[in-house]
Amino acid sequence: MNALQDVLHPAGVQAGHIAHLWWFTVALCAVVFVAILAGLSYALWRAPRADARSAPDMASMDRPESGAKRAVVTAVALSILGLLALLGASVATDRALATLPLENAVHIEVVGHQWWWQFNYDDPIPARVFSTANEMHIPVGRPVVITLQAGDVIHSFWVPNLHGKKDLIPGRITTIQLRADQAGTYRGQCAEFCGLQHAFMAFTVVAEDDAAFQRWADAQRKPAPEPTDAKARRGHDLFMSGTCMMCHPISGTTANARKAPDLTHIASRPTLAAGTLPNDPQGLAAWIRDPQKLKPGAQMPAHHVPDDELDALVAYLETLR
Amino acid sequence: MTFDAQLNSDAPFNFDPGRNQQPEDKRDGPPWGSPQALELERTWREPPGLVGWLSAVNHKSVGKRFIITAFCVFLAAGLLAAAMRLQLARPDNHLLGPDLYNQIFTLHGTAMMFLFAVPVMQAMAVYLLPLMLGTRSTAFPRMTAYAYWMYLFGALMIFAAFFLRAGPDAGWFEYVPLSGPEYTPGHRSDYWAQLISFTEVSGLLVSVDVVTTVFKLRAPGMTLARMPLFAWAMLVTAFMIIFAMPAVMTASTMLLFDRTFSFHFFNPSDGGDALLWQHLFWFFGHPEVYFIFIPALGFMSSIIATFARRPIYGHPAMVLSLIATAFFSFGLWVHHMFATSVPELGKAFFTAMSMMIAIPSAVQIFCWIVTLATGRLNIRAPLLFVLGFFFILTLGGLTGLILGSVPLDLQVHDTYFVVAHLHYVLIGGAVFPLFGAFYYWFPKITGRMLDETLGRWNFWLFFIGFNVTFYPMHHLGLRGMPRRVYTYPADMGWNTLNLVSSIGAAIIAVSVLLFIVNVLKSRRAGAPAGDNPWGAPTLEWATTSPPAWCNFAAIPVVSSREPLWQGARDATSPGHVAGLATDVREGLVTTVVDALPDHRYVYPSPSIWPFIAALATTFWFIGSFYMPTAMAWGMIPVIIALTFWFWPAQDETRKHLLLEKRA
Repeated sequence: MNALQDVLHPAGVQAGHIAHLWWFTVALCAVVFVAILAGLSYALWRAPRADARSAPDMASMDRPESGAKRAVVTAVALSILGLLALLGASVATDRALATLPLENAVHIEVVGHQWWWQFNYDDPIPARVFSTANEMHIPVGRPVVITLQAGDVIHSFWVPNLHGKKDLIPGRITTIQLRADQAGTYRGQCAEFCGLQHAFMAFTVVAEDDAAFQRWADAQRKPAPEPTDAKARRGHDLFMSGTCMMCHPISGTTANARKAPDLTHIASRPTLAAGTLPNDPQGLAAWIRDPQKLKPGAQMPAHHVPDDELDALVAYLETLR
Repeated sequence: MTFDAQLNSDAPFNFDPGRNQQPEDKRDGPPWGSPQALELERTWREPPGLVGWLSAVNHKSVGKRFIITAFCVFLAAGLLAAAMRLQLARPDNHLLGPDLYNQIFTLHGTAMMFLFAVPVMQAMAVYLLPLMLGTRSTAFPRMTAYAYWMYLFGALMIFAAFFLRAGPDAGWFEYVPLSGPEYTPGHRSDYWAQLISFTEVSGLLVSVDVVTTVFKLRAPGMTLARMPLFAWAMLVTAFMIIFAMPAVMTASTMLLFDRTFSFHFFNPSDGGDALLWQHLFWFFGHPEVYFIFIPALGFMSSIIATFARRPIYGHPAMVLSLIATAFFSFGLWVHHMFATSVPELGKAFFTAMSMMIAIPSAVQIFCWIVTLATGRLNIRAPLLFVLGFFFILTLGGLTGLILGSVPLDLQVHDTYFVVAHLHYVLIGGAVFPLFGAFYYWFPKITGRMLDETLGRWNFWLFFIGFNVTFYPMHHLGLRGMPRRVYTYPADMGWNTLNLVSSIGAAIIAVSVLLFIVNVLKSRRAGAPAGDNPWGAPTLEWATTSPPAWCNFAAIPVVSSREPLWQGARDATSPGHVAGLATDVREGLVTTVVDALPDHRYVYPSPSIWPFIAALATTFWFIGSFYMPTAMAWGMIPVIIALTFWFWPAQDETRKHLLLEKRA
């Protein structure tokens, strides 16, 4: 089984802390569970059988049951000790999570939308700021500070291999700090019910070494190239003269609306529509033609474009690497 | 002569309502079959005909309706769960679209929590408490009837909305802003918000009734220290409801105002706050889990004592544990919100509280195990369900500790791990004891035993099916499957576990079907139960099965915690008090702590007005979101109905005056 989206295969320090606490807690709970069932089994084995006509045993009302008292008091005392151990471990882990060193951190702003993710990469130089959708790259070994905002309703940001979740709440800004320690591709998914397509609000996190991350970021900062062949050129013109550009931005072009995912480098992304389908020309064509069939309720309306125009659009979008 | 025999004296109980015998002496006390007892029966029975049926106020009629309605909701919401399991049995399934699926999981949660789990516990209390406490009625019979009608109309409304494809679809928790006017236009969330009003009115009224009944109507001599644990559990629950429910009522009303009158309580862009909703909802929502769980603890104690043939070990510790659980449960709500932004210190506090609440539950579990170990066991279906509790609830309690820990919660929150946990706690902690309670009290309610063999099949299929359904969900959650998704991609590694879970759901369905067959079969052809088929210690088993309309021919006097077992201890038998009127519904009110006879009290007679008032209230509640002005004028019919309800009837006043003059 792949560890694409799995709590117990941590790939970062934060998820690692939590996994340690998990195994400690589960071990302790397993001991308690076995002990209670053993106590119950012993009781069932020890007690003689009776029926509804047997006279009730009222002796307990008249003499103290010291053995019973000892058993209950001991069991309760042990339970309290166990709970204190769990509490201590939990608070210590929480503290560890809160004290991740943040020198040299990458800052990313995440905006949750019904039903896709927007990632804005912050930079002191405004021209170096860029934005991507449903795909996030982070450098291995460097802390990442993620600022979370909701564009509409409450969502929850969750990449189980890297950290627990954090909600995106309208009217508030929340943050989460994490660090990937193993290179790899991880899947994240919205964890707070957010309406019709909550099931398909996923994203990909690519953790790679710093050099690869920088190369990727530099590529993302580049505006879209001018299409060279005629078909892509036609697609570009259709995009800019049709309804596409009313929602989707493509940097370096006149499309600068901000309502829908940034398509400047769409062809470089692994999936379409926040993890709904793989990103290939067929998928892209099917998506443009009828998003409502693939993701009912999605904000993108169906477009009844003739086949040749669809081909041209797809050809253009495929140039946006 | 034992108390049992005294009540059932030589004359067999063969009450004939047609016989219009008017005894000279209108005071109760003589045994079944005497003219006084017959008149008592006539006084307490429901009036005939359809109007009579709608006017019923006897706690047993209302309680039975309540239980049956709640069970029907359980079946309906269970079918919704089956539909969800069918949808999730394989990946990329298109059986139910997202719109229908979201309505289904919302209604499943809403109905199970608001229309089944809480009401069914209250229903059991309405039916059983007067019998167990040795009295003839709950304190406010008309109010209880009204509460039942409100509950029924609320349930009908929400299911009707669902069948009209206007069912709420923002989850049983209806988080804003998703449930607000902008993201859920139409009336879907309005139905949900008003359903809360219906269940609140019903739940709060029954709670007031339960508190008053337990405090003031106990049989003479039944001091608080001698009160059965079930009554303690219901008392504690009623107080919790009174404190917790107003929070969600406030929240749902604010939501309705946001939606209907464009208020901005929850709109952050206009000074409102989306998190406010979560605090209000969970301030109610967490205690709610415990007001489903605590009555079940009462069932547990009743059943374990009877089937271990001894009193529960550690009675005072049991009572204190119930009360402690209730207190602590109000300090946990934030553990549903760890993934929002909660300050560090606050998180530590709520983690500590979440762990601490395990202690009183542990105390009770240990006391029960000791009781079983030192008792002599009569292993029958009710006890089996109780033993199932130990396995399932313990596991659910332990995963609860995991959810109480902030770091672990951040991972498993809102995943299938939580779905597993909450079903372990609610089904293991409440539904298993409830089924045990059905098997236990069915003979009292119907006069016939449920079939034991079917009962065992029912138990084992339920137990196995339950674990097959819900255990795999723990692993699904750890493998990253979020809750409330209508489908999932095939390459996530979730397929097998989901299929197993769906198969388990089918096993549960078979088991519940067996229970229904058992009830239908045993109702007519079950072995006759007799008064006390299990040899149980509490007062409800002192009367006939099914109980007479008046419950007892004479109000018992209690001098121990297990009145029907007292003979085994000191060879004495409890007596009774006599002298209450037989021709009006009169009851004995006792003092809160010592249950000393205090004064006599005449109960209201059957009346159609609670039903009509409930109809008027239903019109008001539903009308108010279709016609905002109805929020104001819709009250008028309610006021009229209530006025008629409380209008004193001349003949009753005359009777009461005569009663006063009677020595």
